[in-house]
Amino acid sequence: MDTTLVERFDQDNIVVEKLDTLINWSRANSLWYFQFGLACCAIEMMAAAAPRHDLDRFGAIPRATPRQSDVMIVAGTVTLKMAERVKRLFEQMADPKYVISMGSCSNSGGPYWQYGYNVLKGVDLVVPVDVYVPGCPPRPEALLQGLLELQKKIKTETPLRKQV
Amino acid sequence: MNFADIVKFIETKTAGKFSIIEEREVILVSPANWAEISTLLKNESELDFDYLMCISSYDKGDNKTYGVAYNFFSLKKQHYLEVRVDTEDGTAIPSVTSLWQTANWHEREAYDMMGIQFEGHPNLKRILLSDDWEGYPLRKNFKEPDYYHGMPVPKDKSYWE
Repeated sequence: MDTTLVERFDQDNIVVEKLDTLINWSRANSLWYFQFGLACCAIEMMAAAAPRHDLDRFGAIPRATPRQSDVMIVAGTVTLKMAERVKRLFEQMADPKYVISMGSCSNSGGPYWQYGYNVLKGVDLVVPVDVYVPGCPPRPEALLQGLLELQKKIKTETPLRKQV
Repeated sequence: MNFADIVKFIETKTAGKFSIIEEREVILVSPANWAEISTLLKNESELDFDYLMCISSYDKGDNKTYGVAYNFFSLKKQHYLEVRVDTEDGTAIPSVTSLWQTANWHEREAYDMMGIQFEGHPNLKRILLSDDWEGYPLRKNFKEPDYYHGMPVPKDKSYWE
């Protein structure tokens, strides 16, 4: 569902398409993300949300509560103390929910990979991750690409059919 | 006052209750005498150390000697002093929280990371790590746990493959 659809709208105002596609289209373009940062990656996340990079134009706006969020951007170092909170916050989000792991720390432990006694070696050990954004920290463009990759993933889903 | 003058002044008040590490210009105090000397540093108008810049802790590596280094500065007199307090076998060091409020969190951090006990501290519990953490991670003999609440900690990544 992309530009061709808009063209078809222009011609006769009637479109025949799967309901799945409509649901995916609305879901992918209103990805409200959880406003929640753990370390320096959060600064880049703020920069991505600010007017210069403007996540808003992809329908992504920050929500300050897990109940209203669709995607959790894990931005920063996940310490063992915080990991339990991250997991609890993820469980409080309503389905469908997605996770973007932003930066080396939440991907794999990053600079704390070898000697960090207090750092979780990858947030995928506690929550299921959809998109990994590499970088230390990733530039806002990288986070934007991660968000677009997540949109692509959502558009392949079949929400009306029973999930295996 | 420079270091020699400060030492001379403290000596007139409390003779023989501290020693000097000459090459580092540091005063070494035992925990038993620290309460008296810290009060002196704060309240004596000649010294007037109103600013506790930092508290750091150290591990001497013999599994029993740990210590705390205090850096004092006087904003009025513009002089500086470092004091170290060595403790063995877990002897508690008198807290200076009642004299310098800033010592509260610094002492909690020294307790959290190095396991140093402070006597008379109003709230001596872990400040950074979780309350149920085992061990003191900046000690040289610290062994990191394999699992913490079911989450793997070690350097071994074989569970990824």
